[in-house]
Amino acid sequence: MFGSGVLKGLGVTLKEFLATYIDDIKQVPSRYSGGKEVIDQSNVGEQDGLFTIQYPEERRKLPERFRYIPMLLYETNAETDARDPRCTACGICAKVCPPQCIWIVRDKDENGKPITRPAEFYIDATICMNCGLCAEFCPFDAIKMNHDFEIAAYKRMPQLVFDLDELSVPVSYYARIRPTDYEEEEAARRAKESEKAAAKPVEKPAKPAAPAAPSSAVAASAPAAEVAPAAPGRRTPEEIERLKAEAAARRAAKAEGGEAAPAAPAPAGVGSKRTPEEIERLKAEAAARRAAKAAGEAAPATEAESEPAPPPAPAASTGRNRSPEEIERLKAEAAARRAAKAAQGDKE
Amino acid sequence: MTAPVETVMQTLPFNDAVPGAVLEQAKTGLVVAPDRVLELARYLRDEQGYDYCSMVTSIDWPQYLEVVYYLYGVAQSKEALVLRVRLADKGNPVMPSLTPVWPGADFQEREVYDMMGVRFEGHPNLRRILLWDGFDGFPLRKDYRESYYEEDSKPFKSRHPDGQHNWAEDRAPWKDNVSFPVGWDPDLWTSPQVEYRRIMGVDEGPRNGTDLRTERILVNMGPQHPSTHGVFRMVIAIEGENVVGLEPEMGYLHRCHEKIGERNTYIMNIPFTDRLDYISSMSNNLGYVLAVEKLMGVQVPERAEYLRVIMAEFTRIISHFIAVGFLFNDLGAYFTPALYGMRERELILDLFEGVSGSRMMCNYMRFGGVFADLPEGWIKRARELVWNRLPRVMEEFENLLSGNEIFLTRTRGTGVLTREEAVAYSMAGPMLRASGVPYDLRKVAPYSIYDRFEFDVCSRPEGDVWARFRVRMDEIYQSLRILKQAIEQLPEGPIMPPGKKQYQVRVPAGEAYSRIEGPKGELGFFVVSDGKPNPYRYHVRAPTFINLTSLEKMTIGHKVADAVVILGAIDIVLGEVDR
Repeated sequence: MFGSGVLKGLGVTLKEFLATYIDDIKQVPSRYSGGKEVIDQSNVGEQDGLFTIQYPEERRKLPERFRYIPMLLYETNAETDARDPRCTACGICAKVCPPQCIWIVRDKDENGKPITRPAEFYIDATICMNCGLCAEFCPFDAIKMNHDFEIAAYKRMPQLVFDLDELSVPVSYYARIRPTDYEEEEAARRAKESEKAAAKPVEKPAKPAAPAAPSSAVAASAPAAEVAPAAPGRRTPEEIERLKAEAAARRAAKAEGGEAAPAAPAPAGVGSKRTPEEIERLKAEAAARRAAKAAGEAAPATEAESEPAPPPAPAASTGRNRSPEEIERLKAEAAARRAAKAAQGDKE
Repeated sequence: MTAPVETVMQTLPFNDAVPGAVLEQAKTGLVVAPDRVLELARYLRDEQGYDYCSMVTSIDWPQYLEVVYYLYGVAQSKEALVLRVRLADKGNPVMPSLTPVWPGADFQEREVYDMMGVRFEGHPNLRRILLWDGFDGFPLRKDYRESYYEEDSKPFKSRHPDGQHNWAEDRAPWKDNVSFPVGWDPDLWTSPQVEYRRIMGVDEGPRNGTDLRTERILVNMGPQHPSTHGVFRMVIAIEGENVVGLEPEMGYLHRCHEKIGERNTYIMNIPFTDRLDYISSMSNNLGYVLAVEKLMGVQVPERAEYLRVIMAEFTRIISHFIAVGFLFNDLGAYFTPALYGMRERELILDLFEGVSGSRMMCNYMRFGGVFADLPEGWIKRARELVWNRLPRVMEEFENLLSGNEIFLTRTRGTGVLTREEAVAYSMAGPMLRASGVPYDLRKVAPYSIYDRFEFDVCSRPEGDVWARFRVRMDEIYQSLRILKQAIEQLPEGPIMPPGKKQYQVRVPAGEAYSRIEGPKGELGFFVVSDGKPNPYRYHVRAPTFINLTSLEKMTIGHKVADAVVILGAIDIVLGEVDR
């Protein structure tokens, strides 16, 4: 019969229409009383009708491997509350990053010798393509992919250029969002530690403190001898044991008291838990830092900034073949512009 | 001690038939004299059975420009034959167009002209295809520098160890980042007008010996048009409701993927391939890693091979669900079938997210293996989908769509492409198989471990939109069949070859072209290495880009409304078309 195919199809849509309501009614008390904020979709395949999640009231349960913008992990020193970043500024993440959105400044000690610690660390979230290669190839488990995807902002600069402060999260946060990975890494680290501790006294009894981190990448980036024993990535076995115990205690506390106990006494709060005020404050601080730095570097240029900026030299406008000097000059100009802008903002 | 030139010439292939055409038998193919290439091409097609011109690309070597043709036989299955035409004069590289022999080379030769500046004599419509008319320069030449040029290759030195964040806009402020040709005055410039003389029949004069005729009207469908699946423009010449000429205009999403790829290191390209056909990123990953693995010669562990096949087949299901759903969108069945297709896709994307961390931009394959092993519970969910849910949904889809009389009336006999035309136009994938050519790379030239699975090649003789729909539906069943076998057989074991994970892979110098049966057709990756950390040349054979070549052929004679359906049946994804 002509038209039977159409009717059959309409029957399917009717069935779907009803099934959607039936599925929904089954969830009525829990879903609409506000008690079910995070929806675990792992059994959604058994539903017949349509399944939608009413974001932002409801949220999906994110899989552990979910990746968004990277974050930097730090351990918290129990005595001083100081942050001890895992990052050693070796630069592998910056080298493997496909869109080249990672900028790292390696720290220096008072003699000007580079040390294995980042002084500044930027990730440009407007460029980041969330590929996760940085986390995959970091030899120190220092950079990991965050789950926090709600980072919408009104301005690209400075809000979406995350600096060291904004990127830093305590290890406990990482252990919470990606427990499986965390446990695996800790187990591997423990295994390595015990191996090293066993091997050390036999091989080289002369050396008292063994470098804890895999040394090849560090050796490439910084002379190992210069590093103070307390520097990140150079923990002694005792320290590591202590940190591990702490982490275990933290985990235990959390398991008992849920979220009641703060994960870490970090002053600025943790990645996803930052309040808007804090973010504003951090942004302002970061901007001020940058401005101060730029002003320090380009002091003579800032003085000239009161009059209109000089027009670029004709040679500069070709774009295609810029000489290093020109680039330097442009950079200085840009820094001066930023500094002037920041200074203006302060006045207002 | 070199043999006399005459003797060498005589031992070269095809010297008897087309004397002097082949200049040299290189390891990577036959070097052909530019003036004899057309003759040789005719001979190869007519006498030797190389009826399928799969890929045309070009390489900018220091001494010359090289245009490369990859030929295959489809009617009688044949291995690759590579023709290479070397053009020493970079200022004015000219060679004859091979479109008279293989019409499928049309868009690809235009792309070579656009990107590398090689002029093809005798090409029917040689103008820029991805970039805008009036663009200056040829981006894939090695001396071309883009607006925000920083360095020739990544990683950039400014990032570490003194990596002060700065904006590209600050380094090269607006208006300083563009360069104008010498003597060019922006105030005097007007954009070039494309007249579409061919499809408007401007040069034809009065037809039927009389001036009394319907006026031809030029209609732009797109770039902002819901039926074009993205930013794509069909320039249609119509007489009344009838389409009499059509020209696809693309490139609105062009980002010079290949130039980016040449700046990147090898591993950096994997996440970029996700963005080609963004519906099926797993397949793109697979095609690219296979090409690089060909050069590297690594052995992929068993479990990784199975995981790759599982992901690729899930991707095919996703892609076909979307294709079928949106075909109905184009037919006016607004969003119900598309929504049902999307819903099943969500469940598969959940699986992808669980294993790779991202739903669409999976970035899952690595050279020699895959990124990560399956998380806990993954197989259980996959089994539930493959054994229970998807077969059930397919039944529902058949009930909903297959018997629908309106659908059948609209699609039967619409956009017919005969067997010969489909091969000549280098159609690939479901487009080719719907025209009665049972050519599936998983069977013809098995890659990965596809030779271990039992499945059928789906083919239909009709060659119309309905046949394309049917082939896609049937392929979902076949994909489920492969998935069942792969999940059952999935072995335990490592997912990467032994050794430390490398972020700087060593790729020996050479050239590799790998083609896989992507969901939308033959997806090829062409990689030339010179031993450095970055590929020297990186080219993507995008199936839907080349499938668009036949759009005009299929559409002429139909109504405007059918043009939408015919385009929908090609299943284009602009991320891949425009690259």
